[in-house]
Parts: sequence; structure tokens; C-alpha cells
Amino acid sequence: MMKKSFGRRSLSTLLVVLTALTLTLGGCSSKKAEDDGAGSSNATESASSEADSKAEGAGSQTSDDLSEITIGIPQDIDSMDPHIAKAAGTREVLFNVYEGLVKPDTDGNLQPAIASDYTISDDAKVYTFTLRDGVKFHDGSVVTVADVKYSIERNAGTDGTDPLISAFSNIESVETPDDSTIVLTLKEANTEFLAYMTVAIIPANNQDPEGNPIGTGPYKFVSRSPQENIILTKFDEYWGEAAYIKDITLKVEANADSVVMDLEGGSIDMYARVTSAQVSQLSDNFEVYEGTMNLVQALYLNNAVEPFNNEQVRQALCYAIDPQTIMDFVSDGKGTEIGSSMFPSFGKYFDESLNDTYNQDVAKAKELLAEAGYPNGFDFTITVPSNYTQHVDTAQVLVEQFKEIGVNATIQEVEWNTWLDDVYTNRNFQSTVVGVDASTLTAYALLSRFASDAHNNFINYKNDDYDAALKAAIEAVDDNEKTAKYKECEKILSQTAANVYIQDLPEFVVLNKKFAGYKFYPLYAQDYSKIKPAQ
Amino acid sequence: MRYILKKVLSMALTLLVVSICVFLAFSLIPGDPVTRMFGTEATPELIASYREKMGLNDPFFVQYFRWFSSFLKGDMGTSYDYKVPVKGMIAEKIPITLTLAVMSFLIMVVTSIPLGIYIAKHENGIMDHIISVINQIIMAIPPFFSGILITFVFGIIFKLFTPGGYVSYTKNFGAFLKYLIPPAFAIALPKAAMATKLLRGSVIEEAGKDYTRTAYSRGNTTNAVLYLHVLKNAMIPVVTFMGMALSDMVAGSIVIEQVFGIPGISRILLTSINNRDYPVVEAIIMGVAIMVLIINLLVDIIYRLIDPRIEVEE
Repeated sequence: MMKKSFGRRSLSTLLVVLTALTLTLGGCSSKKAEDDGAGSSNATESASSEADSKAEGAGSQTSDDLSEITIGIPQDIDSMDPHIAKAAGTREVLFNVYEGLVKPDTDGNLQPAIASDYTISDDAKVYTFTLRDGVKFHDGSVVTVADVKYSIERNAGTDGTDPLISAFSNIESVETPDDSTIVLTLKEANTEFLAYMTVAIIPANNQDPEGNPIGTGPYKFVSRSPQENIILTKFDEYWGEAAYIKDITLKVEANADSVVMDLEGGSIDMYARVTSAQVSQLSDNFEVYEGTMNLVQALYLNNAVEPFNNEQVRQALCYAIDPQTIMDFVSDGKGTEIGSSMFPSFGKYFDESLNDTYNQDVAKAKELLAEAGYPNGFDFTITVPSNYTQHVDTAQVLVEQFKEIGVNATIQEVEWNTWLDDVYTNRNFQSTVVGVDASTLTAYALLSRFASDAHNNFINYKNDDYDAALKAAIEAVDDNEKTAKYKECEKILSQTAANVYIQDLPEFVVLNKKFAGYKFYPLYAQDYSKIKPAQ
Repeated sequence: MRYILKKVLSMALTLLVVSICVFLAFSLIPGDPVTRMFGTEATPELIASYREKMGLNDPFFVQYFRWFSSFLKGDMGTSYDYKVPVKGMIAEKIPITLTLAVMSFLIMVVTSIPLGIYIAKHENGIMDHIISVINQIIMAIPPFFSGILITFVFGIIFKLFTPGGYVSYTKNFGAFLKYLIPPAFAIALPKAAMATKLLRGSVIEEAGKDYTRTAYSRGNTTNAVLYLHVLKNAMIPVVTFMGMALSDMVAGSIVIEQVFGIPGISRILLTSINNRDYPVVEAIIMGVAIMVLIINLLVDIIYRLIDPRIEVEE
């Protein structure tokens, strides 16, 4: 009986009742909305007023204004304090905000930055820097030798705490004989210590480097919202070559799958680590810059556990694989083959001939396995951090290739934290596929971890010849001798098949064609100051 | 009075259990905030000294009570990952997620109630059938998928909004609200479909009851019967559902914020779990738990407003 007799008039009645109902039912929600408003105004107040005006200034510009750019970053940075920040993704962002006494150029050579000049004593124990005149911090104050001393000592832990950078425990003293000279004395000779002097110089009087980051770089910090964005603006009093773009918003792209959509939709103009599959989906509005990730991707083998404590077994695995097939599968054939713990960006230290230590040879691999006492192969587990798709993909190809020689590999995907704990820290694993990068631009940074007693020797590599060669390389003052010794290290790693070396992964950087000038560095750095409007 | 006391006690107990569960969960899963912090550059000495500094070496209950007592004082601690006070960090994000939940709720209410009444009035009419079928389909689509569909259709094809073009509410509140409309729809649609179906069934059921016949026999018009008698009773199950739906929407936004790239509380929650950032996770879970408890309380109160016969003391 309800359904038959409702007239047209009912519609208006219905609407009135509905509105009333909505208000009653929404009682809780309208209250929420008020809380909401209050919350937002609080948050606005708590943000610094300067940051706010900056943010609004950026907002008022149109999206076509090329004096601003929005750059997508794959994960939020872990700290604005350059000495606390650890993640590679953070280092490459902070590269624009902070500088050291020296600074790498696009070829990987160290150029004077906050220091205008430096000398290294013949015994490689005393480094003397001359402070560049009139370099200013972002707050307008001039950089003094005291700031330099403070910054270095903060990392060396001279106040009794543990050094933030373990290599800095080698620092004997930092002295400032006059107001433009810094003398750094080392406990043990190290010709490569200069690379560590890229460590950020920060003002000694800044109590809060995390909340109020002050550096000397071409861009200064404006504001930051966790998991949302970091806003930078051009530093007008920068001592060096001025940046082109005025305002930079670094937008945290939490979802890697939406990168292409965000680029095409215009909410980001640049993204540094897209996959080859994503590259193929992009329209003509984008320029794709191709470089390398500068890391050593390998199947890292725990040299201390069965069966990988047997050199022949490790060699058999090296004979079983073909890096090119892996590259074809993982990144459309892009990538650079490597044969040891060194990648091509290192120039003189890279030894291409090591790529041919092992070429795919199934018969030879089986023979080695038989000699080692595994004529029927064996089973093992490859642990892979699941957030790195390229490593997971690589592991999948490896599994197939190992089947050819009768070895059964099982992939175990783990979360990054689990990987850090189990594999890296506790070394409780058989094998793992990851990329190992260099924290500084020294061969030492890549090779030192394989010294028998290195704290980060997570594969438990142990070889007396290697230890001797590495020690000789560190102590060598003559550059040719040093290079030769490092190459010897690489050769030992390759011949003893410390790991199954695969490739240096390709890196694709996508930039909207409205902009140009992207430059690659041979280490983790994104130099925003080089990016300019394309005209 | 006794009711309120009972309610507050049970709320406090719930919160206590929730907070212990979160703490327990973290002690069970692998991963450690310090190794996470230093990544591959960790040295055993650094890890040991930071674990000591952060009090991670203390027994479980010592850690728990340290957190609990400071939480009672309103101090939620400092984020391991961001090295800033958790309170400020969350306060900045809560408005985003809350706005999204409230918008979804409003969308659900304004679509489901008129639709439900309309199809109940025209039971077995053509619109009833059409809407029922559409309802069935919408109910079957999970929000993350409708989110992707909405992004694709309205964002990419019709260009009604910029996918990923989230604008902060501190920057431009209007644009902020506008960007939240599509995700709010994605969250609200399945709930609205369910509410519509529920209301339809409920209205039809109430309409067949004796008091409805009495109301008619007293000479009331159909509309008067519907809005003054039937609807009031028919709304009770719907209000229960909507209360649950609102709690659900806060949870549902976790997925939707990812799909639409909204940097709300859920994204912080997910990354904090990944980074083993206990203080942040604890604070967010407690916040969500408190919100759900408050919503439940409000639903109880609304019951009484609609139908004074319902005794809250039960």
C-alpha cells in the first residue's frame, strides 16, 4: 500500500525531510568538521610564518611558471640533518642544500667548494684546507673555520660519542691555526680521505639542524611536511654558479605505480628512478635521460656457509649465469655488465676485462659442481628485499639459469627491515640479490667491505691475499701503485668468485620537456641547480 | 550516571588493550628501528649506543609503561624517523584524513537516504529494479578499485581533476576540498549502496506493521505516515550501519589515500610501520581507536533521539 499513492508534491517534502535528517544524523559529523577546522588552524599556526608565506607565494604562481618545478621523490627523506641522514635517497636531495670543503663534479672529481684550496702532505697524513672567502650560510652568516671544525668533529665523535662516520675515527685532530686555515691530521695515512671531506659544513651555533636546516648549497630549506613534501628555494647569496629555477617542491610519491599518471597529469615535472616499463608508457612531453645507478648488483653469497664456503661452487654459479639475459628481462637490455665489486663510473679503477672471467658455460659449471662434491646440484635460498622490483626480477632469472646446472634456488622475499636485520646485520642468509653502492667516491668505499675483519663484510669473505692487497692500496701514496693494488683486489674477488656479479643497473630520469639540463653524477646526487627552463 | 561510568570504563579498557596489542605486535615482527635508521652504514657500536639511548634494551613492560605514562600526560614521544614530536606531526595530518572521512560520510548520507526512501516507495517499480542491480554491482567493487576507475575515467579521460595533484589545506583550502571529492566518492559508494539497500528493506518492513495500518486508519496521508511514523523506526538499523560505516571509512582511507596520493594520516601510518617508528604508530592507532569509540557513543545517543523507547542502559 505504500507504493501506489505518492504524488509529485512528495518530492519537495522529501527534500526538506532529507535535509533535516542529514543535519540530525550528521550531528557528529558537523562537530567533526568544526574540530577539523580548529585542527587545521592550529597546524597553520604551528608552521613557521616564513614557511607559510613562502608556500603561498609558490602556490600563487601558475603551473606554467618555469621558475618553479615539482620533482617526485620515491621516499620521504629520513632526516634534514646531513650528518644523521643515511638513506641514499636523502643524500641525493641534501646535495643541493649542503656542501663540504670539497664537492664532486659530474665526472666524479672532487672540486674545492667551501675550501678554495687544499694540500695533502706527502705522507698522506696531513690535509690542509684554505677556507674560501665570504661563503655564506643560508641564514646570512659567514662560514668560519670554527664551523668547519665543529662539523668535522661532530662526525668524528670527538666529544666521546661514537663516530657518525666510522672512517672519521681515523682523525687525530682538527686544528685552525688562523681564521682561514683548517689542518686535518690523520692517525693513519690515507690518500683518499679527501673524499670524506664532502661532509656537510653546518653552523656551529645551530641548535636544531633537524628542524632548522642551514647549509651553504645553492638551495635553502623552506618547509617540510612528513610524507608530503619538502620545499626548497634558491639561495641568492650562493658563492658558486647560481641555480636557474627559483622554487622547488619535492613531492613524496608514495605509490610508484602512479608516477606515470602524475607526470602526464602535470602534478610532477621530474622523477629520477622510473623503470624501463614506465619509460615506454610516457608521452612525447617528456625527455628520458639514461644513466647508471652506480651500484654493484650481484648475487651476494654468504662465503661462510655450506655450500658457498666452497670456491668451486661459487665459480659454478658464475658460469651458470648470463648477465645479458638478465638485463634483457629486467630492463629491456639496458644496464652495464660488471665482473667485480666496481662499476664503470669509477673510471680508472674499473677493469672491464673482469667481465670475461666467467662466460656462461653450463658444461664447465656442472664439471665444477661435480668436483666440489655436488654432482647432483643442491638447493639454496635467495633472500631478496621485496621493495626492490629490479632485484626480485633478477632473482627470478637467476633461478631459471641455475636450473640449467641442476641447482635449485628458491626466492624468499623479505621486507627491507628484515633484510637489514637478518641478512646485513646478522649475516643469517645463504644468498641475496641487492645493489651495493659507494658512500664516497673512493674505490675504498666499495672494496673495504671485503676485508676479513670489516664490520660491513656481510658476505663473510675471507682471503689473506685480498687483505694484503687492500692494505697496500690504502697505504700507497703513488696513484698508479694505488690503482694497481685496487685492481688486484677486484681481480681476487672475481677469480675467487666472492659473489656472482651481474650488472650496474640503468637509471632513467624523466624530465618534462619544459625543462632541460639534467646531469648525472657518478654517485647519489641530484643536482637541481643545473636544471633550467628549456625556453 | 551509571551508564556513563560503565561506558567510560569500557572505553578506557579497550584503549588499554589496543595499546598493549600494538606494542606486542611490534615486539613480534622482525626489524628494528635502529638498524633501519642507519641502514647499511650501521656498525655494531652505533647500533648498541643508539639502542641504549632510545631505551630499546629495556624489558617489554618497562618500555610499555614508560610510553603509557607519558601518553597519559599528553606526550606522545618523538618520532624515531622524523626526529620531531609525534603530536605536531599527527596534528598536521589528522585534518586531511578526517575531512576525507567526513566527506565520504556526507556523500553516503545524502545519496543513500533519498534513494532508499524513493525505491521503497516505488517497491518493485522499474527504478527499484535498476537501482537494486546497480547497488549490487557497486557493493561488490572494493574502494581501491573504484578509486582506480574514478581516477582513470574522471582524471585521465575527462580531466575533471589532476591525478596526484593534491593541494595542502594550508595552501588552498578550496582546492584541497575539491581534490578530496573523487576519493570521498570511492570510499562512500559501496557504503552508500549498502545503506540504500538496508533503508529500503527497513522501510518496507515497517510499512507492513500494525502501527502503520493504525496510522492510515486515523486518516493520515501516505507522506505523513511515511515521514512521521515509518521512517523514524526504519532509520534505527540504518543509523547503526552508518555509525559502523563511519569507523570503517577512517580505516578505508588507508587504502584510498595510497591510490589518490593523499598524504594523510594513513600514509604516515604505513611508512611508520615500515620504518618501525613505534611512537608514531602507537599514537595513530590510539587516535583511531578513540575516534571509533566516540562514534559508537554518538550512535547510542542518536538512537535515543530517534526513539526514546530505547533504553541506553540496556
